Formats: sequence, C-alpha cells, structure tokens
Amino acid sequence: MVSSVPNSAPEPSTDSADRRAVLRDALGVGLATGAYGVSFGALAVAGGLSPLQAQVLSLVMFTGASQFALIGVLASGGGAVSAVLTSWLLGARNALYGLRLAPLLAVRGPRKLAAAHLTIDESTAMALGRLDREPEARLAFWATGLNVFFWWNLATLVGSLGASALGDPKVLGLDAAIPAGFVALLWPRLQDRQSRPLHLAVALAGAAVALSTTPWLPAGVPVLAAGVVAIVAGLRDPWSGRRRTS
Amino acid sequence: MIWVAVITGSLGCLLLKVAGVAVPAEVLDRPVVRRIAGLLPLALLAALVAVQTFTANGHLLIDARAAGLGAAVVALLLRAPFLVVVATGAVVAAVVRALGWLP
Repeated sequence: MVSSVPNSAPEPSTDSADRRAVLRDALGVGLATGAYGVSFGALAVAGGLSPLQAQVLSLVMFTGASQFALIGVLASGGGAVSAVLTSWLLGARNALYGLRLAPLLAVRGPRKLAAAHLTIDESTAMALGRLDREPEARLAFWATGLNVFFWWNLATLVGSLGASALGDPKVLGLDAAIPAGFVALLWPRLQDRQSRPLHLAVALAGAAVALSTTPWLPAGVPVLAAGVVAIVAGLRDPWSGRRRTS
Repeated sequence: MIWVAVITGSLGCLLLKVAGVAVPAEVLDRPVVRRIAGLLPLALLAALVAVQTFTANGHLLIDARAAGLGAAVVALLLRAPFLVVVATGAVVAAVVRALGWLP
C-alpha cells in the first residue's frame, strides 16, 4: 500500500508512512518484550514473590534487568539490601539514557515524569536510532515506551498467574530458568565486535569475582562485589590507556 | 521483607530514571560515568548467571542447573528468542534431574 503512493504528493504521505512504520516497529518491540514479561512473571512467582509483588515491580520498577536481578538475588537466599542494591546498580544506566534523551524530548511537569518512567533500553534505542528526524524520534520514544509498558505488564500478569497454577519449581527446572534468563539478557551485550573483548573480559571477571567470594560473603553480596570489576574497568580510559585523574 | 525489597528497589530505580531527565547534564555526563554505567550490567549479569548456576547456600557446586545453562547458551547460539532460551534451560535441567544424572 505504502509503495503505491503517487510521487506527486510525497511530503505528507511519506511522513505518515514513516509514522506508521515507527508505530509498527514500536508494537513489534512491545510484543517481543512481552515474551520476556511472561518469563519474568513466572520466575518471580517461582522465586517466592506473590503475583501482586511481581506486578508492582513491572509497574513501578519497570526495567527488566533490575527486576530479574531483584527476584534472582531473593530467590537464591540473598537479603533485601543486596537485592535492592543490585537492582539499583543495573538501573543506573537508565539515568544516562534520560540524560541523552532530555534535549530531544524537551518535556516538563507530569510529562517529564512519564518520560522518565518510560526511559528504558528499548525506547532509548528506538529514539536514538532516529535522531536525524526529531519528530519521528520523539514518536518512536513514546510509542515504544508505552507499548513495552503495556505488553510487559500484561505478560507479567499472565506469567505470574500461570506459574502460581504450576507445581514445585525444582521439578519443572525453573531454578535453571533464572540463569538462562540472565544469560539471554547478557548475550546481546557481547555481540558488538568492537566492544566484545572488553565486555567479555568484564563479564568473565565479574563471574569469577562472584564465584570466588561466594563462600565468604553473605548471599547476594558476591554479585555486588562483581560490580567493582565494572568500576575498575570503567575508570580506565580505553582510548588513551591512561588512568583518568578527574 | 520481600515487600521492602520490592518497594525500595522500585522507587530507587524510578528515582534513577527521574534523575536522568532532571539533573543538569554536567553532573552525570562524564565519560567515566558513562563507561562504568555501560559496564555494570555486564559484570552484574555475568555474576548473577554464575551465582545462580554454580552455587547453593554459600557453596560452589555443579548440579542440573549447569546443564540447563549449557542448553540455554546453545539456544542463544541458534538465535532462539528469549522465551525459548528460558524454556530450554528449564526443560533440560528438569530432564537431567528426572533422569538422575545430576542433582
């Protein structure tokens, strides 16, 4: 349909075609994240949360890796403090996304709060990928953010209620589903050819620190200790190799 | 205790998002902050994978979860979607356990 638009009136029709493409992509991303959401809801309940607690995480925390981390640390016997700190550390990247998006979105008041809440991996990637055309980039941000919010929460509900109806998590292998979910979250971050050596080194060192400190530290704390690896590696400037002084 | 973690964790993550759009750019927009924030998910997710697969009650061990993780990695190499990866990990661990190959 779109390709048959006559050339005599390209401006408005091209714009609306582009807008439709953005909305279609946003729906696609939303549906894809819904699949994570089902796993999240199911694993949260398998890890000992109630469906309501899982839903509060998806509604208010609304940032996947942090949510998985919180339920993962609690499920492995970690305390609330280490579970919360791990989720915060993983959520810190959203602050940097907001920083980059703020000039594009240029919103105030309640819309600013809504924009902040919808600032996640998916909405940021969709908006920053279209920075050459700002109205489309803004549309991509809002459409992706709202789609992901809707489908993520609906899927969480389906997953948590579904898992409540199931039996013993260990018989179903759900204790292995949590690390499988984490490795699936980690995977895309190791695919970029240029950053892969550094990212792989940080991931392996993080795993090594966590495993080697497990016998000595309370549950949950080894994961936080692994965060030190990221800080040490990040303090080094990859371009000059010199240690930054500021 | 779970509620405390759920609520403080959620509010903290929301506050981080609000900080991003509300704080003056100079405070956060430094290369070193950006690098650390970019590397944190890698170290933490890898640590979570390791701890959730190879430890139980403060001990290192290999059980059916390791088989599940191996199967999940194979699924990722075959470009399976998220839900399939998670389900593969669970099913393989359950089967290995049911067969008595690993606890």
